[in-house]
Amino acid sequence: MRSSLVARSAVIGAAALAIALAPFILSDYNRSQGADVAVFFIAILGLNIVTGYTGQISIGHGAFMAIGGYTTAILTHDHGWSELSTIPLAALVGFAAGVIVGVPALRFHGTYLALVTFAVALAVPQVAKNYSHFTGGTEGLVLPAHSGLWLYGASWTAAAILFVLAWLILRARTGRAFRAVRDSEVAAASSGVSLAVYKTVAFGVSAAFAGVAGSMYVLVNNFVNPDLFGLTLSLYILIGAVVGGLGSLWGVLVGAAFIQLLPIGLTSSHVLSSQSVPVIFGAIVILVMALVPRGAADLLRAIVSFHVRRSSNAPSP
Amino acid sequence: MTALTRTLVPGFRIRNSWIVPLLIAGACVFLVIGSVQSSLFAQQTVSGLANGGIYASLAVALVLIYRATEVINFAQGGLATFTTYIAWQLIDWGLTYWLAFAATLAIAFGGGMLVELVAIRPVERRGNILTIVIASIGLLILAEGAVGWIWGAQVKFMPSAFPARVFHVGGVAFSFQDVGTIGVSIASVFVLWLFFRFTKVGLAMRAAAVRPAAARLVGIRVSWMLSLGWGLAATLGAVSGLMAAASPSVLLQPSMMDGILIYAFAAAVLGGLESPAGAVVGGLSIGVLLNLLPTYVDWVAPALLLPVAFIVMLFVLLVKPSGLFGRTRVRKV
Repeated sequence: MRSSLVARSAVIGAAALAIALAPFILSDYNRSQGADVAVFFIAILGLNIVTGYTGQISIGHGAFMAIGGYTTAILTHDHGWSELSTIPLAALVGFAAGVIVGVPALRFHGTYLALVTFAVALAVPQVAKNYSHFTGGTEGLVLPAHSGLWLYGASWTAAAILFVLAWLILRARTGRAFRAVRDSEVAAASSGVSLAVYKTVAFGVSAAFAGVAGSMYVLVNNFVNPDLFGLTLSLYILIGAVVGGLGSLWGVLVGAAFIQLLPIGLTSSHVLSSQSVPVIFGAIVILVMALVPRGAADLLRAIVSFHVRRSSNAPSP
Repeated sequence: MTALTRTLVPGFRIRNSWIVPLLIAGACVFLVIGSVQSSLFAQQTVSGLANGGIYASLAVALVLIYRATEVINFAQGGLATFTTYIAWQLIDWGLTYWLAFAATLAIAFGGGMLVELVAIRPVERRGNILTIVIASIGLLILAEGAVGWIWGAQVKFMPSAFPARVFHVGGVAFSFQDVGTIGVSIASVFVLWLFFRFTKVGLAMRAAAVRPAAARLVGIRVSWMLSLGWGLAATLGAVSGLMAAASPSVLLQPSMMDGILIYAFAAAVLGGLESPAGAVVGGLSIGVLLNLLPTYVDWVAPALLLPVAFIVMLFVLLVKPSGLFGRTRVRKV
């Protein structure tokens, strides 16, 4: 048990160090790709809170990203706010949107919740398309561009802050309540955990994270339009969460790197065309669900415990 | 059976048995009177019914799988797109439309069974609903991705089975396209009903869906019935995809069925998710509603149709989660 804790801290430390040092060796273009990884990191972190820890499936997190992204874009484009100052507001608006979806979601279970959130993912970009007076419609809004270094620094700083925040939320009373709701709603309710409050809070917090991710996403792309937040985005966030491991905080990094870097790796190595990426993603999701439903985290945990068991079983000299 | 349903207001209960037929009859009377009054209304209603037929066949496909496994198949639309592209390819190779249609349905049936066997069964063995739902989303990404990989992301042109002419009934122009779509969709659902009602395999499938354990005891291979269900659902999905691709308002592209899937969700939920008849009624209602709303209500732009379908779905789920035809279920803990 202790050795796995040490191993985990070592992995997190090494990852944090690698992320902090990476901008010094990357080109400016690669840095903005690294910023994209941070965006997905934040979004998957958010999804993990509601789906991984509270057990409420959401296929609609792209919609919450859209809401955060449009908040940032409209405030900077039309009202002259500075970009970074819009991020807390994007989180707040995301939180509100999450609560709005979360309240009716209290009455839905499993499949129905998947259905409703899936529809949210498809409906929100259409709303943005329709009210073009605010959102710029199909063409969208263009924002000032930033250097890759600025984007990398800003997005990973946000990611680090939110990671610590998520860790603090999940290790304390709230996190225990979330897990109780996930594992058995009846048991949770009979131990005095209010299902309504904690499910709504989980949705709100999760959507606030997605809102920040959306706002960083818009800054990295330096424009916003409805296609940026299509169904694909929602599905990719879910893939990232699943591959990294539902209910695992450090699996989030694996998931984010996976959805952002695998397409780039495939395309640049000319093994396969970029067209094949969705096919590979889809196949991997099904494989993960069939073999290791808790994702990369589970796989690594199994390997670590296997090694620990082996070394403790080995006869001492 | 006392099918009582609680509404939003606690304590106020309505009897299920008469209010639903009354609602449907009322809607029919409204549509008929409107059609007699205005030819635009009649035209929009008929093309709404045509769209509704497309939604209905996809919704029945969803219901088939939901009844058997209590899981919504998110890949239903993606699989339908894939089979529609197969039909396009066959026609491109020189087959006549109806020959390609029949071949596609056969391929869809086999493909659906294969998908269940390869992608769903290994997951189901492990799993809770969350895992299967995510696997079906993986399947959706896979199917749409495969379409883009094989045939490219550009829009293809799909010929229609029906002549692009109109005919007049009492001063109202109806297109062959619309009437043909309604005919094919309803006919395919009807054939499916005949299959379930009058064949031994159909009976076995119903038994396997309702009481898997008891069905197993009387010698039904429940897992094969599940595969068969996926095959039939994929076939119906193929009908829906082919009719959608022939419609002038839908373009044949990898994401063709994404929106239609939401309309089919709304249709299935409106009908009660467990009732094929409900899915048909739901599909037709959603089709007509989404065609009449933008015609007569100014602020409902075409871009808002998806949000409207979403609101209908949310409304049904909140007010009467069992839909028009579904039974209220008691959930086990």
